[in-house]
Amino acid sequence: MNFEAIKAIYLFEMARMRRTLLQSVVSPVLSTSLYFVVFGAAIGGRIQEVDGVQYGAFIVPGLMMLTLLQNSISNASFGIYFPKFVGTIYEVLSAPISFIEIVIGYVGAAATKSLILGVIILATAHLFVPIEIRHPFWMVFFLVATAVTFSLFGFIIGIWADNFEKLQLIPLLIVTPLVFLGGSFYSINMLPEFWRNLTLLNPVLYLISGFRWSFYETADVSVGVSIAMICLFLAICLAIVWWIFKTGYRLKT
Amino acid sequence: MPNAISISNLSKTYEGGFTALHGVDLDIRNGEILALLGPNGAGKTTLISIVCGIVNPTTGTVTVQGHDIIKDFRAARQLIGLVPQELHVETFETVWATVNYSRGLFGKKPDQALCERILKDLSLWDKKDNKIMQLSGGMKRRVMIAKALAHEPKILFLDEPTAGVDVELRKDMWQLVSRLRETGVTIILTTHYIEEAEEIADRVGVINKGRLILVEEKTELMRKLGKKQLTLELADGIAGLPEALSRYDLDVEDDGRRLVYRYDTQAARTGIGSLLADLNRAGIAVKDLDTEQSSLEDIFVSLVEEAR
Repeated sequence: MNFEAIKAIYLFEMARMRRTLLQSVVSPVLSTSLYFVVFGAAIGGRIQEVDGVQYGAFIVPGLMMLTLLQNSISNASFGIYFPKFVGTIYEVLSAPISFIEIVIGYVGAAATKSLILGVIILATAHLFVPIEIRHPFWMVFFLVATAVTFSLFGFIIGIWADNFEKLQLIPLLIVTPLVFLGGSFYSINMLPEFWRNLTLLNPVLYLISGFRWSFYETADVSVGVSIAMICLFLAICLAIVWWIFKTGYRLKT
Repeated sequence: MPNAISISNLSKTYEGGFTALHGVDLDIRNGEILALLGPNGAGKTTLISIVCGIVNPTTGTVTVQGHDIIKDFRAARQLIGLVPQELHVETFETVWATVNYSRGLFGKKPDQALCERILKDLSLWDKKDNKIMQLSGGMKRRVMIAKALAHEPKILFLDEPTAGVDVELRKDMWQLVSRLRETGVTIILTTHYIEEAEEIADRVGVINKGRLILVEEKTELMRKLGKKQLTLELADGIAGLPEALSRYDLDVEDDGRRLVYRYDTQAARTGIGSLLADLNRAGIAVKDLDTEQSSLEDIFVSLVEEAR
């Protein structure tokens, strides 16, 4: 293992976050606060409780997941796409490091950024509503597993994308709708049966449900299923990354 | 000690079907400066990219001081530094950060004193806290060299290092190359400025259309393929070439005031003595004479022309 190289990539990527502090940290915090104002205050005034949890508090896990998913993907995809775009990738490819080490460096940094954001949003939410975390271990588990999985997913997108449009395509057209329709702001029990069953096909539902369970012990699906699902996503992403490594897809001609 | 680089039967066919290299064999010795010459698209950069791990070979093997570049890529790449042709730089980073990053990527622990020395050698020290985007093109080129040297490579690839570079930087760069060579670093460079290769290279390789046409000691190459010419300035102009001189390969220039005689330095007799005697006999007085050896550039052009 070339630990110095992993460290170099990791610190280099983290430095990018410090440089773009406004964009990396302030903007997600601002948008989360806006969600609170709109959903928590305006709608929460009409919906008092969901599954015995105050509405404002109910949406906190969903909001954290929303930010976590979006930022993991965008951080990791941009992190690897940018060197490809400006050509500096030559140095990473010619360095004595394996693809796995490259992945650990880039994905580790992207996941770390998302985790920092998740914690900041939790703290921000705490200013608006009372929050309790009944299962801290599982809360951290879901947080870390989601950050890592979706950073891997972002890394894959960054490798696949050969222009800026493609870089935005999947996050915008697939991930954001899935998060919004995956029960971030409601319990699927509030939906008519047909839509409820359809929502069960949405993978993000399982993440949000499990994460919310770790806070309030209320869930749309059993927590065991949620844990299995996040492990499945992680396995799929690792398999794709392994395939990229084997074939040199989009990295080496 | 095994060769710095040993390339055998190396071919590369790109996905679109274009074959950039056709079975290249090349041994590069430790501590030498090898200049690779060739027209654009000859395969120089593909060759370098394969050795450095950026492009996968289609067939063939490459070893770096005995380490296979695929099976033993860590040991192989550790030894190599690469300065690519294009200016690929981390625009938003500072010079200092980017050079230290390069060192880390190659698995070396931070060494402030070394990075400082490299930056000073390249006249970049006062720019170390500048963002790379604020630097001029020549300065960016220096940054790329600093990055390539940050992990103390034993073999350095310079791909067109002087393309679009001003005189001062070129001078600095060649000074750096000779200093590196004194410390035992093997240097492989591609260049369009053949006079540079002529000046600093120990050996010269010529690539054309994916084939290595020749690799030869520079002095040997110039001796073997070099032609000499003798220019004779005449005291009085001549109207035409007298019959007595028709057996010589002579050109009349400058309205008959100059004669140019081309001869092969390898031939048993150069014919200069008899030419001068015949001139004397024909009553043509010679005011001055000058000899000139063909440059590496002339040799290169004729080789590439021949291969066409």
